[in-house]
Amino acid sequence: MRLDALETRGLRSPVQRFLKLILRDKAGLFGVVLFAFVILVALLAPTLAPHDPLQQNLRASRQPPAWHEEGSWDHPLGTDNLGRDMLSRIMYGTRVSLTVGFVGVVIASTLGLVLGLLAGYTGGRTDSIIMGITNLFLAVPYLLLVVVVASVLGRSLLNVILIFGFTNAPLFVRITRGEVLRIRQSGYVESAVSLGATRTRILIDHILPNLIGPLLTVATFEMSGMIFYEAGLGFLGLSVPPSIPSWGNMLAAGRQYIQFSPWIATFPGLAIVVTSLSMNLLGDWLRDLLDPKIRRSAS
Amino acid sequence: MKPILEVRDLQVNFDTVDGTVHAVNGVSLDLHQGETLGVVGESGSGKSVSMMSLLRLIPQPPGRIVAGEALFRYGDQEVDLISLKKRPMVSIRGNRIGFIFQDPLSSLNPLMTIGDQIRESIERHTSRRGTEARKRVIELLDQVGIPDPEARYRNYPHQFSGGMRQRVMIAIAIACDPEIVIADEPTTALDVTVQAQIVDLMNRLSEELGIAVIWISHDLGVVAGIADRVAVMYGGTIIETGSVDGLYAHPRHPYTVGLLGALPKLHINEPELVNISGTPPSLFAPPTQCPFEPRCPWAFDRCRAERPPLEPIQSASNETHLSACWYDLENDRPRRRQA
Amino acid sequence: MQRYLFSRLLQSLLLMVGVLILVFFLVRLTGDPARLMMPRDASPEELEAFREAMGFNEPLHRQFFSYMGGAAVGDFGRSLHYRAPAMRLVLERLPATLELALAAMAFALVFAIPLGIFGGSRPGGVWDTICRGVGLIGQTVPNFWLALMLIVYFSVQLRWFPTFGRDGLRSLVLPAIALGFFPLGKFTRLVRSAVLEVRSEDYIRTAYSKGLLDRRVYSHHIFRNVAVTLVSIVAVQFGYMLGGSIYIESIFAWPGIGRMINEAVQARDFPLVQAIAVFSACFVVVLNLLSDIAYALIDPRIRYEA
Repeated sequence: MRLDALETRGLRSPVQRFLKLILRDKAGLFGVVLFAFVILVALLAPTLAPHDPLQQNLRASRQPPAWHEEGSWDHPLGTDNLGRDMLSRIMYGTRVSLTVGFVGVVIASTLGLVLGLLAGYTGGRTDSIIMGITNLFLAVPYLLLVVVVASVLGRSLLNVILIFGFTNAPLFVRITRGEVLRIRQSGYVESAVSLGATRTRILIDHILPNLIGPLLTVATFEMSGMIFYEAGLGFLGLSVPPSIPSWGNMLAAGRQYIQFSPWIATFPGLAIVVTSLSMNLLGDWLRDLLDPKIRRSAS
Repeated sequence: MKPILEVRDLQVNFDTVDGTVHAVNGVSLDLHQGETLGVVGESGSGKSVSMMSLLRLIPQPPGRIVAGEALFRYGDQEVDLISLKKRPMVSIRGNRIGFIFQDPLSSLNPLMTIGDQIRESIERHTSRRGTEARKRVIELLDQVGIPDPEARYRNYPHQFSGGMRQRVMIAIAIACDPEIVIADEPTTALDVTVQAQIVDLMNRLSEELGIAVIWISHDLGVVAGIADRVAVMYGGTIIETGSVDGLYAHPRHPYTVGLLGALPKLHINEPELVNISGTPPSLFAPPTQCPFEPRCPWAFDRCRAERPPLEPIQSASNETHLSACWYDLENDRPRRRQA
Repeated sequence: MQRYLFSRLLQSLLLMVGVLILVFFLVRLTGDPARLMMPRDASPEELEAFREAMGFNEPLHRQFFSYMGGAAVGDFGRSLHYRAPAMRLVLERLPATLELALAAMAFALVFAIPLGIFGGSRPGGVWDTICRGVGLIGQTVPNFWLALMLIVYFSVQLRWFPTFGRDGLRSLVLPAIALGFFPLGKFTRLVRSAVLEVRSEDYIRTAYSKGLLDRRVYSHHIFRNVAVTLVSIVAVQFGYMLGGSIYIESIFAWPGIGRMINEAVQARDFPLVQAIAVFSACFVVVLNLLSDIAYALIDPRIRYEA
């Protein structure tokens, strides 16, 4: 059937099509709004937080959330085992998670882009060495790798960021290299070469624009993954120092009181779910938006 | 004698993000027992969609058969394929009407032996089971010219050449002695030499087994070598139909004239439609005018106002040559309005 | 087929050697492995004695060769904490981890396959929506949190299942669900999209054109081709479970490798960490090799390749 041929001959203008595609995907729109909300909370944490997240008050420890009989609106989500305000800590925790996610992804994608371009472009021995190491990292169980490295390096925000930045690079290397090889073999680059285009020109005109879509999509998912894993490391006591309010650290503390004060573990987990949900919806949406092939089959 | 297949005013729409595509706009045709009908048109002319709609093989949704009937007569039965319930319709597929598709590699299941893929159809529609079904498969493989059929039974599609795969597809299509075989561009994906072999095979089989064939193609040259009659499709509708000899010698529709003009010599494969300027029509608009009007050198105001019906050519010696055009090419003037 | 398997085998061996090298350097990432493994308040004399005992004073290449030599015969030194051969400890814990991983895998597959098939065969329908929901939840709910929530509800409130320990089938339920939740989402997504993709293949149209009924088309044409994609990812997810079991086994006090690695990391028992890391990585490599073999057995295109 030649429907593909028919579909491209729409009557609407490209702008209308684009708008329609954005609005059609309500889940994606919801993801965007949710993501904006999470970022806003992180930025405005000092203003929004009702209490100092580090302020201990042992007399008011393990207070249940406000809707609970013994709760109070002074601490809407209750307090933890040291009497610190849960809501404020969760708001500040957003900062840790997003910092790790953002900076980690920037490091990983930059590293991956450079190595991937190098591998895809030079080929030969450079290519086999880079890809050998890449495949090695991809073959090792990821969490295991992260746990071992984190335990060797010790607890600090910088270490955590570096760990995620480096261990996530292989995925970006693979995608970049694949894309470079694909684009290099495609007709339009060959014709550009025959017209005398230089390597740099081809890189700027053809390869980078084509890479933006896939890399952006993967970056969104990876960021969500890093936030996940950071919390996991925190849960095992291997992420940022316990003095920093992070969701993982809160979960680790909450685990001890899971029987009688379950809210201490519940709320940071919900925060992870909401953040991760926003990024996954955003990622799905970006993928559908940037990949015309998927877009067509979805319609 | 009545035709074994009578399609009347078939209309098929596709619902897409950008709106409704009117893929097939009132196709009518007759198919007589044992004859070969060529259905010719370019990509998007609706030729495949209309023929697949007959067996309801288009994906629904997004496809929708909006109107029409297709009377199919076999034995002493007469059924309307369009309104038929699902169960009896499914029993007709592969049994009374066989199908051959364009790309034999993607049309065969890569994980199943070709023997099993033919046998499946036999076991579905006949009482043959076990060794008997197997015997029939081997007989069929032999019939479509696959050497060493016993050994080939156990092979997978990727172990066959393109031509051999298409022979397997043909064996599937004729496995249950169907009345009709619909072949959707069966030679397009093949090498030129192999194409000729497949055409010969189909000619031979349809003659030996008395099967009526609908041969869909974008290539008037190929159709000339196999068909008795031709239907030319454009913009989702048949714009001219007639016997191969009559239509090729005296095309009456400007589109067919263009097509034949673009065909340097019959029986030779050449890119079709090279000298018809303009692009095929957008099928988003409901069909209210002649679809070929924007590209037609003879177009006049009536072509924009009204869609021309498919009617017998007034001067033709036989009644089977029909054309859908407001312009009388023979006399080089607009057709007179009927009173 | 032989050539394909041979090349995969060779790749796997290379990967294992790579894993050994990687782990060797990871432990030496900070430059002084002795300081890493000894308590913080260890005296310089104690540190020096430890270095001597562990061979950390030898030149790096000598250390490397003796490490590789040991690795070749499965010797990864002795656990500092348990004072027993590290690899033996790992192998002792293996059955518990396998039991949990298999249960989690079974849980994921039992729900994901029908869900994905129902969802994929009617895109846009109710099942499809459920499918996408499960896929999304599986991806967004961290398993360590889910484990805690399962305990809160099913153990503490309803008292249906024990909160921790490995004691019969009932104790397996919650850890298996917690560990299998992520694969459940992953598989559901995968099966759904594979069904969607296979459904639109030309050979499915051929199957329908033969007059086959839905039942037959699904069982003989769609499932088989979906299975090919599924097989390739099951092994990968098994590898993921080894990682996930670190949380789940710690939370449920499940006596497997995952809990052991957490304990080893907390106790800075790096010979043991090293042994677990090498074992797990090699385990995953072998799994991938097995899945390649399974893949070749299902797909004749690879099986019959010269």
